[in-house]
Amino acid sequence: MTALLQVFFDALSLGSLYALGALGIALIFGVMRLVNFAHGDYIAFCVFAMLWPSIDAAAIVFLGNLPAWVLIPVILVLGAGISVLSEILVFRRFRNANPATMMIASFALGFVIKYFLLMLYSSRPKSIDLWSAVSLPLEIFGARIPLLQVITIAVTLVILLGLVLFLKHTRYGLEMRAAAENFTMARMLGIRANTVIMMAFALSGMLAAAVGLILATQSGTADIQMGANLMLVAFVATVVGGLGSLPGAVFAGFLIGGLSSLMQAYLPPDARPFRDAFVYGAVIFMLIWRPNGLFTQKSAKQRV
Amino acid sequence: MSLLVVDHVSVSYGRLKALRDASFAMGEGETLFITGPNGAGKSTLLKAIAGVVTPRQGEIMLAGHAIGGKSPEAIARMGFSMVPEGRHVFGTLSIEENLRLGTGMRTDKDAAERDLEQIYAIFPVLKERKDKPAGLLSGGQQQMLVIGRALMAAPRLIAIDEPSLGLAPKVIDDVYVALLKLRDTRGLTLLIVEQSATRAMMTGGRMILLRSGEVALEGDARELARSDALRNAYFGIEEH
Repeated sequence: MTALLQVFFDALSLGSLYALGALGIALIFGVMRLVNFAHGDYIAFCVFAMLWPSIDAAAIVFLGNLPAWVLIPVILVLGAGISVLSEILVFRRFRNANPATMMIASFALGFVIKYFLLMLYSSRPKSIDLWSAVSLPLEIFGARIPLLQVITIAVTLVILLGLVLFLKHTRYGLEMRAAAENFTMARMLGIRANTVIMMAFALSGMLAAAVGLILATQSGTADIQMGANLMLVAFVATVVGGLGSLPGAVFAGFLIGGLSSLMQAYLPPDARPFRDAFVYGAVIFMLIWRPNGLFTQKSAKQRV
Repeated sequence: MSLLVVDHVSVSYGRLKALRDASFAMGEGETLFITGPNGAGKSTLLKAIAGVVTPRQGEIMLAGHAIGGKSPEAIARMGFSMVPEGRHVFGTLSIEENLRLGTGMRTDKDAAERDLEQIYAIFPVLKERKDKPAGLLSGGQQQMLVIGRALMAAPRLIAIDEPSLGLAPKVIDDVYVALLKLRDTRGLTLLIVEQSATRAMMTGGRMILLRSGEVALEGDARELARSDALRNAYFGIEEH
């Protein structure tokens, strides 16, 4: 029972990270059909922003010294900032390009950010000690659950709830949903393309920042690759969920996280190193079964 | 003064000339039909006015302002409301959300609420199902929804591309009855692309025939629809 509970929390907290990552990608894809591979590098950028630029092995904490109630908003703003900036400087010029061109542009931008960080901080992973108190275990029904996992899940639920409220009950949310479904028609109704797209980038950047904060606290290290690995899983989740579908991205994020944790816990020990192969094998079967993803909206189809 | 002036406008898609040197004007309160065979450039003309495609040559003026090269949202905010071909409801949004999307640029929120009630009064089926996803409506109901949505912007000019496309004759009647009622109660200026000359006869107003991207004929809709000139021009038979 306690082992089961532990696996359950592992699954939910890993799924939370994947869901937040997938949501960040799906938001942008929805409004401009761009798969933004630089998203993972926004995550790394937000983490490294907490350190002072230096190539020494020992990390010099910079923003990370701020109290949490200042640090969190600052990092969120930084995430939104780099995301919006990349829209203005890069993606805006590709507005009418085909999706493949935009994707390549996002790869290129990702490399620019990555090497910018590399130059400032060197490629060595650095230890970063954020809120070490939250890694203490918590006793829930006899199971020892790291407090951080509980916080991760709670934070994710709050973010998801906030996003739903924003999308369902504000004018900007309404415009974003409309633009995601039919951008040209939305513009013909007077909805400003640039405003909606910048809003989507800002939200997506804040999600990257949130993921960065959680990852840094969890792993205690700042690694240039940290966002890219998560980004790959998150991208797979958006495809599994149905590209452009926000509930699909969240659901598939939790699904892949859950599957991954379950396999880690219950596969025979010899097979555990190949866990990812099993997970992605399942993804392949899923896509053969439903090539358009799990959530293809029936009501979105045109009627004649 | 003319509300809309299309002045020697040409549009090309690559090497294909979709619209050649088209010119016409329409005044406030007028109903203008644009008709013509498939590929005559009717939809292209509306898209050029809406700012979805950019004219290669010529100028389009809305209420005295040049709108060539402006973005679709800027043109919409100048009082042009477009109902494109194929309806384009936002299927995942509720019916009421679809209608409210049109009001983004309005500052008179009270008047917008009254307009919403008026649209619900004309299309009661929309009110009954206002919280349902718009994608669940039938084709005819979707057509009514997009007309209602265009009206919610309180436009000076409303353009409708093929309102009868893919609808049953009975449903087309309903759509036109509602449209005429709206025109007469609210003094709408209507620009309608329509293949069917009988609809133009029912409605009255002026008519323009496009053929191969050019304005081939222009005149009173009822007279033109009755005359041989329309049929001849439609099929490209020169008069002797």
